[in-house]
Amino acid sequence: MFRSSREDWGFQFLINGFLLIVLILILIPLWRVIMTSLTPLDVYMRGGTPLIQMPWEWSFAAYDQMLTHPSFPRATLNSIIITVCGTALSLFLTVPLAYALSSRTLPGRKIIIALILFTFLFHVGLIPTYLLVAKTLSWTNNLLAIIVPPAVGVTNVLVMMRFFEGIPEEIKESARIDGANDLQILWGIVLPLSKPILLTIGLFYAVHYWNEFFTPILYLNDQNLQPLPVLLRNILIGQNFSEYVDYDVSRAASIESLKSAAVLLTMLPMVLVYPWIQRYFTKGTLLGGVKE
Amino acid sequence: MQDVAIQPALSAIPASNRVQRLALTMWRHRWLYLLLIPPMLYYLIFRYIPIYNAQIAFKDFFALKGVEGSPWVGLQHFETFFKSFYFNELIINTIVFSAAKLVLGLPIAIILALAIHESRFLFFRSIVQTVTYLPHFLSWVIMLGLLLALLSPSSGMINEVIKAMGGQPISFLTSPAWFRQVVVLSDIWKETGWSTILYLAALLSVNPELYEAAEVDGASRWRRIWHISLPSIIPVVVLVTLLRLGNILDGGFSQIWVLYSVPVYSVGDIIDTWVYRSGVLDFQFSLATAVGLFKGVIGLILIVVANHIAKRVAQQSLF
Repeated sequence: MFRSSREDWGFQFLINGFLLIVLILILIPLWRVIMTSLTPLDVYMRGGTPLIQMPWEWSFAAYDQMLTHPSFPRATLNSIIITVCGTALSLFLTVPLAYALSSRTLPGRKIIIALILFTFLFHVGLIPTYLLVAKTLSWTNNLLAIIVPPAVGVTNVLVMMRFFEGIPEEIKESARIDGANDLQILWGIVLPLSKPILLTIGLFYAVHYWNEFFTPILYLNDQNLQPLPVLLRNILIGQNFSEYVDYDVSRAASIESLKSAAVLLTMLPMVLVYPWIQRYFTKGTLLGGVKE
Repeated sequence: MQDVAIQPALSAIPASNRVQRLALTMWRHRWLYLLLIPPMLYYLIFRYIPIYNAQIAFKDFFALKGVEGSPWVGLQHFETFFKSFYFNELIINTIVFSAAKLVLGLPIAIILALAIHESRFLFFRSIVQTVTYLPHFLSWVIMLGLLLALLSPSSGMINEVIKAMGGQPISFLTSPAWFRQVVVLSDIWKETGWSTILYLAALLSVNPELYEAAEVDGASRWRRIWHISLPSIIPVVVLVTLLRLGNILDGGFSQIWVLYSVPVYSVGDIIDTWVYRSGVLDFQFSLATAVGLFKGVIGLILIVVANHIAKRVAQQSLF
């Protein structure tokens, strides 16, 4: 008995020591960015970012300069529009598709699933879609180009379909006997039972839209339409810095502080919703996440 | 056997009767078909028209003539690609990235999942899980910001350490000697925590009685991990590995696209980034589409084969 518990302590020490190292490795870059964003200019000029910055020394000048320049609120607004409209459209298309396909008696169900899976497995690359969106639809400088093309994710459809399949057939059948049609059953019975899956899938879509930076650069030339990640990229790469930030050598924050503050401000909404995403993790959604 | 029995039974019903029955079933599901209209239109326009547009890989695409009007040229663009000097470079870079991410990332993810599973400090364990999952939800632009905070030659943390020890700062992101390491390690930093979720799910499904029996028999912690935990996650490991091998021509487009620059093209350019540059920036639409189509066809073959093997080896399938 004694032997096994001693062995256990050594083992636990090793395992948790390893986990602590992993934890520190993940936190170092985040810590560094937070500290850099809060370092006052005079401290920074003397020796760069210190390892620890005491709260009474913090300077919020970088955040102040970021928030007062018009480009930040504008990019935030664009990001919110893209995320809200994109998530709404995604759910508007995903829910009916998943619900219809969850009915095993639907004639043609297998063909439709095969057609959808095929597009998941066979990609023809960027250019054919680019031609459709930019040339055929002429959606250049139009937020629709960011919102519509990626609206449905196959894994999200399949995960939601599995969830709907798990809802007992008897519940739907008794509603059908009472004279309800499939639309009424979906709206009145299935959706109220599906809040966790709707929230999880909705958050996955929202994260995707919030993070999107490539298609905005591809389709939007107008700087006034660019979302936050594109603004962040411009600030980080540092071309025409003063166009995006209220930057002035005499002002109170260093360029590095401004860049760090921009990183953290872009991350903030993600970090705020993240505990919610984590709360609704279910086995099904996890399997779906891997395929991406 | 059953099929044989059913076939004559089906054909015994008069054809008109079967059509009637199908029509009746379809009529009963009419509301579901109504629900299917918007998503099917979406798939037609945004997923199948691009596949139709891919025919320009076999044409000389002129914007004025459109997809249908442009003249056919056969396999000319594919030949150009196969004979070009960048063919080897693109294929090698792409495979180096996906293989390195798999070979280095997979063992780390398995060890991390086993460690999380074995830890008895539940609160600490949930903190580790929360923190290590988080980077998965950060975009590569944010990752660029974090990487610059560590690697920038002027102010990056790692370069400050190098300078403090008397060395010369290294410009990691623009140096061909370092770029690949940065790409692979940053991907592992970002995704390893998230990828443990699948292994943890497999570990949780192990019957606890197995561990108890092993403890009674005097098996040490290490032996229990080796003989119970590890075998229980092997099907998932096989599945993940096959899936990743099926996607081996995906080097990680958005990551490379954000991180790379002209000085590191020779070691960093992958198929997808090249397709973007030659198509969108240089207007070689047909050539870029041919390269994208080449990648798509190989990818389709690989993933179907991988799925087939997964079914036979691990009794699991992706689709």
